[in-house]
Amino acid sequence: MDEFVNLKATELRLGLPGTNNVCEERVSCNSNSNKRALQADAENETETSPPRKAQIVGWPPVRSYRKNNIHTKKNESDLESQGIYVKVSMDGAPYLRKIDLSCYKGYSELLKALEMMFKFSVGEYSERDGYKGSDFVPTYEDKDGDWMLIGDVPWEMFVCNCKRLRIMKGSEAKCLGSGV
Amino acid sequence: MNYFPDEVIEHVFDFVTSHKDRHSISLVCKSWFKIERYSRQNVFIGNCYAINPERLLRRFPCFKSLTLKGKPHFADFNLVPHGWGGFVQPWIEALARSRVGLEELRLKRMVVTDESLELLSRSFVNFKSLVLVSCEGFSTDGLASIASNCRHLQDLDLQENEIDDHRGQWLSCFPETYTSLVTLNFACLEGETNLVALERLVARSPNLRSLKLNRAVPLDALARLMACAPQIVDLGVGSYEDEQDSESCLKLQAAIRKCTSLRSLSGFLEAAPHCLSAFHPVCHNLTSLNLSYAAEIHGSHLIKLIEHCKKLQRIGDKGLEVVASTCKELQELRVFPTDLQGGGNTAVTEDGLVAISAGCPKLHSILYFCQQMTNAALITVAKNCPNFIRFRLCILEPHKPDHVTSQPLDEGFGAIVQACKNLKRLSVSGLLTDQVFLYIGMYATELEMLSIAFAGDTDKGMLYVLNGCKKMRKLEIRDSPFGDAALLADVNKYETMRSLWMSSCEVTLGGCKRLARKAPWLNVEIINENDNNRMEENGYEGRQKVDKLYLYRTVVGTRVDAPPFVWIL
Repeated sequence: MDEFVNLKATELRLGLPGTNNVCEERVSCNSNSNKRALQADAENETETSPPRKAQIVGWPPVRSYRKNNIHTKKNESDLESQGIYVKVSMDGAPYLRKIDLSCYKGYSELLKALEMMFKFSVGEYSERDGYKGSDFVPTYEDKDGDWMLIGDVPWEMFVCNCKRLRIMKGSEAKCLGSGV
Repeated sequence: MNYFPDEVIEHVFDFVTSHKDRHSISLVCKSWFKIERYSRQNVFIGNCYAINPERLLRRFPCFKSLTLKGKPHFADFNLVPHGWGGFVQPWIEALARSRVGLEELRLKRMVVTDESLELLSRSFVNFKSLVLVSCEGFSTDGLASIASNCRHLQDLDLQENEIDDHRGQWLSCFPETYTSLVTLNFACLEGETNLVALERLVARSPNLRSLKLNRAVPLDALARLMACAPQIVDLGVGSYEDEQDSESCLKLQAAIRKCTSLRSLSGFLEAAPHCLSAFHPVCHNLTSLNLSYAAEIHGSHLIKLIEHCKKLQRIGDKGLEVVASTCKELQELRVFPTDLQGGGNTAVTEDGLVAISAGCPKLHSILYFCQQMTNAALITVAKNCPNFIRFRLCILEPHKPDHVTSQPLDEGFGAIVQACKNLKRLSVSGLLTDQVFLYIGMYATELEMLSIAFAGDTDKGMLYVLNGCKKMRKLEIRDSPFGDAALLADVNKYETMRSLWMSSCEVTLGGCKRLARKAPWLNVEIINENDNNRMEENGYEGRQKVDKLYLYRTVVGTRVDAPPFVWIL
C-alpha cells in the first residue's frame, strides 16, 4: 500500500499550472463557503483548454447588467440547443415550475408532462368545448398578454407565442372551458 | 465680505457649485453657514443611510436637485443580497410633504417602485430631470406616470436599471402638447417599443440632444428618427441588424450625414458589423465611443471605425493598438472582457495597456480587464501617464503573479501610486503582498476610493492603508486576510470615511461587536444570508468569522428598514 502512496507523490504530470487545483484552494481559503457563481455562466463553458476554475461569486467584477447583456447574444444563437424555458404555475401550488418547450413535439407530450409534474389530469380536448371532464384547464399567456387555451393553434405557433403557462382550476376554469 | 448685504454674498455663492467648495464655505462663519444653507441648490448624499430626509430638509430647505446613492458598490457584483435596502420611497414621501421645489432627482443603486415614481410625478410641479442608474424595483408603469404627469420634464435617463417591461405603452403617455424633451435614454428596457409613439415624440422635441434606444428599435426606425432629430449630440443605437435592405441603409446614411452635432455614440446592442460604415462620416467629430455592448463587432470593423475617430476622448471597446495610434485626445478608456470565464480573450494583455499609455498622453481614467500583467509594464505605464485620476486594473485570475518573473505585482502598482500624484480611485488585482499597501499608504495621498480583492498577507496591509491615506472615503475589500486587529486599530478613522466593506476576510463577530461599542456613530452591519450560519449567542461567537461587513458613518443611528438577514450591531 505504501508503495502506491509514494508512487503518486513522485508521479510526473504534464498538466498546465493550476490543473492541480492549487488555484481553487487559494481561492476558497478565504471564503467561508463554497458558493458557486450566481450567473448561468457555467452553461457557457465549452472546449477551452485551461481547466475550469472554481466559480467565485461576484468575480470578475463586471456588473450583472453587463454580464447578462453580453451573454444574451450568445444565448440567442444557442437557443435551439439551450431550450425554451417557460414558467408554469398551478393555482394553489406554493411555487412555480419551469419546463422546456423544445423538449416536446406536440400538445399531447406537453400535457402528459404537465399532468405528471403537477399530479392532475386535463380531460378531453375538443375545439368546440375546450377541456371537458376535469377541474383543471391548461392555459398560456401569449405575446400580447392574453390568456389563451392551450391546444387551439398549431404547435409551432404556440411555441413561438407562449410566454408562460398556467393551470387554472375550479370555477374560473369552468368558465373558460365551457366555450363561452 | 461681512459688510456686504446677504443678497450680494448669496450671489457670489451662486458661482460656487462644487459640493466640496460649498461645504467649505459653510464652515467659515455662522452667517455664511446660514446664507449657504438657504441658497444651496444641489445636494449630494453619498449614502442614503448617513442622514434622513427630515434632517436634510431642516438644513437645506430650498434645494432643487438631489442625488442619492443606496447600496454599496459591491452590490454591482451580486455580493449584496436582494432586499438589503436603499429604498427611495421614504425620501420621496418626505420631500412631497414638504414644500421643496424639487426639479432633479438622481439615484444610484436604489430601490425605486412604481408607487415612488407616481408620487414623484404628482408632487413636484417643476420636475425636470430624472436620472436612474443601476436601480431596480419598478416597471414601465412607473415610467408611464412620469411621462403623463411631468409637464416640464427634460431628462429621462435610465442607465443599466432592472426594469420590469410591460411592453411599450409608456411612450404614448407623453401628451401631444409635450415638447420639452432634451434627454431620453431607455436602452436598458428589454421589451418591445411603440415605434410610432417614439417617432412622434422625437419629431415634436426640437430640444432633444441625447437619445439612447433599446434593442427593439430597428434600422429603418433609426433612420426615420435621425431624420427627425439632426440636432442630436449623443446617440445610443438600438438594434443595428442589417436586413439586407439597402434602401434602409441608404436612408440611414443620408440621415447620419446631417447629424453634424453628433459627438457621442453608444449602444449597438445587436449589431451587424458591416453597417458601422454608415457612421464613418461623423466619426471625426466623435469625442465619446462606447461599444462595450456590441459583442458582435470584431477586429477589422472596429479598427475601421476607430481609424475615423480622431477626436475620441472617451472610449470603451476591444481594439487597442489602433486606439493608441489614432486617438490622441483620449481621456477615458474602458476595456471589458468578452469571455468572463477568463479562458479566452488572450488579445488583451499588458501590451495593450502599455501601447495605450504611450499613445494617449491625456489619458486620466482607465478600467482595464486582462489576462496577465507584469511589473515592467506597470512601471512603463506609470512613466508614460502620470496623470491618472482613476486606475482600475482587473487581472481576471485571482492571485496571478507577474507572468514573466512570477513575482507579486507590488512594484508595479507601487510605481503607479508613486507617479500618479492625483490618483483618486484605484483597484488592484493579481498577486499582491502587504508591500503594495505600504506603497499605497505612503504615496497615494489623494486616494479616495480603493478596491481590494484577493490581496495582502497580514493585518499590516490594511493598516498601512488606513494610516496612510488621509483622504480615503470608500474602502472595499473582499477575500483578503485582514482581521480584527486591522479593523479596530483606529476606530476614529471611520468617521472620516463614507464607508468600509469587508467580505470573506478574517474579521470576527467579536471584533465587530467591539467596534460597534467603541463607535456608536457608526452603523456596523453584518450581512448574513445563510440561515444555517446564524450568528447566535454561543460560546464561540467571539471567534466566529463574519461573512460580510458593511460599516458607515451616520448621524441618524440605526436604520429601521433593515431586512432579517442584516444584523446591525
